[in-house]
Amino acid sequence: MIRSKSNMRFQILANFILILFTIFVITPFILLIMSSFTEESTLIRNGYSFFPEKFSLGAYAYIWKNASKIMRAYGITILVTVVGTAVNVMLSTMIAYPLSLEQLPGRRAITFYLFFTMLFSGGLVPSYLLYSNYFHIKNTIWALIVPNLLLSAMSVLLIRTYISTSIPSALFEAAKVDGAGEFTVFFKLVIPLSKPIIVTMGTFAGLGYWNDWTNGLYYLTDTKYYSIQNLLNKMITDIQVLSSNSSMASQASSEMAKLPTVGVRMAIAVVAMLPIFVLFPFLQKYFQKGIALGAVKG
Amino acid sequence: MFGTIIAFKHINYQKGILGSDWVGLKNFKFLFATNDAWVITRNTLLYNLAFIVINTVVGIILAIFICDVVSKKLKKLYQSAVLLPYLMSIVIISYIVFAFLSTENGMVNNSLLIPFGKNPISWYAEPKYWPFILTLVNVWKGVGYGCLIYISAINGIPKDYYEAANLDGAGKWKQIRCITLPSLVPSVITLTLLSIGRIFYSDFGLFYQVPLDSGTLYSTTNVIDTYVYRALIKLGNVGMSSAACLYQSVVGFVLVLTANLIVRKVSKENALF
Repeated sequence: MIRSKSNMRFQILANFILILFTIFVITPFILLIMSSFTEESTLIRNGYSFFPEKFSLGAYAYIWKNASKIMRAYGITILVTVVGTAVNVMLSTMIAYPLSLEQLPGRRAITFYLFFTMLFSGGLVPSYLLYSNYFHIKNTIWALIVPNLLLSAMSVLLIRTYISTSIPSALFEAAKVDGAGEFTVFFKLVIPLSKPIIVTMGTFAGLGYWNDWTNGLYYLTDTKYYSIQNLLNKMITDIQVLSSNSSMASQASSEMAKLPTVGVRMAIAVVAMLPIFVLFPFLQKYFQKGIALGAVKG
Repeated sequence: MFGTIIAFKHINYQKGILGSDWVGLKNFKFLFATNDAWVITRNTLLYNLAFIVINTVVGIILAIFICDVVSKKLKKLYQSAVLLPYLMSIVIISYIVFAFLSTENGMVNNSLLIPFGKNPISWYAEPKYWPFILTLVNVWKGVGYGCLIYISAINGIPKDYYEAANLDGAGKWKQIRCITLPSLVPSVITLTLLSIGRIFYSDFGLFYQVPLDSGTLYSTTNVIDTYVYRALIKLGNVGMSSAACLYQSVVGFVLVLTANLIVRKVSKENALF
């Protein structure tokens, strides 16, 4: 490639703007993390700041001491993410595989039916009434799992396209000649061979479950099954939750003031987003691939 | 989908959904008689239009720059930076916004306004700032999605085009204007079409959670989704909320069909269906 002077100038400009943008993206995270490490009295006096006067691990020590509620919420989030993602991916693939077969009767009609749900939906009210009055998932762990299982018409269609374009159908026929039933074909051929697309779709489903807080907001009125996102959501609107959780709740308000609530909130937020930061380098390529497929629209 | 009939009924839980009495268009009459219907429609449309334009423009600019960065390491860093906020839950984002804007402890009030002798602002009580705040938050969170799509579109452009342009003496800007931008048109149309179809929907979290459901901000933060939620769960008004909900679904559906029809007239291969 010819490197002209204008090209050099362009490189400098591009890097300059992109570095500015990177700073714009990163600073909010830094503020959040810094705030979680700031000493409580400094926070109350100076507010959240990028350059705190006094550092402290107090907020994290407090979380550690009062871990039961937070750990429970964390555990629920992990459980819901693992179970939900597994079932979601399994269901999507099970719908996608028959749709990829040409001999399926009514294939076009079913595909259109799936596609139509992407264009037109009843919205919140009917689904709310259906889930709470007919499926009775209110205040059960299912409230966090079930509603997200049905929201993946797009991923069904993408998996179907992958199966019908990347796996030769002669393979299925050969297996059936050898005496394999549909279930053997599905578990021994379809799932292993469509692993790349399943992993990509699974990453998005997993992220959806991890970040989901609306289902908890709609269907949980009891804090028993709160996920970490719901707990955070409740805390920011209602700071008393943490104090009422602690054993000091009934004591004088001067005791309450000592609770590092201002910093603890930020510390819990950091703890909740930590797994995404840790897993990000490993999952990044799947996210990029999935977005490039047009997989998920925010 | 079957649930659309709820909008035409007076729901009575004892009788069940199917057994409830029909009330015709009464729910809709109530909805459009209020000032809310106008406010939520205006907010939803204006915010979404702003988001579509800003996210497309910023996304394309970033994508062009990222694709031209020579250093592999920096390229990877920039790509990660655009994607990262997209993966954060809106609850976490509301915490970050709170850290900046909280009246007593916020960074902006304590470190920027007070030291320079300005009066602190109670951000969560002043509706006039929120259009800017929400747009900024949306760019921060959402630009990565479009940007990555444009990056993969740019990577799909044959390299010979640029080499030929180089030989002909076309400068960088000319190459961007004459090769890169025209090649991005199909992706822009597809993404815009999808967004127009969703123009009556909005990110519930962004409008409910980020302003912390603050009542004084409703004039600039209430959108159809938050209105439906509040009417249904906080007020228990099934009729009104289902009317708003159906209004949203139907207008959204008509908009996708219209937008698709227009695109099909202009350039057939870019239409969705």
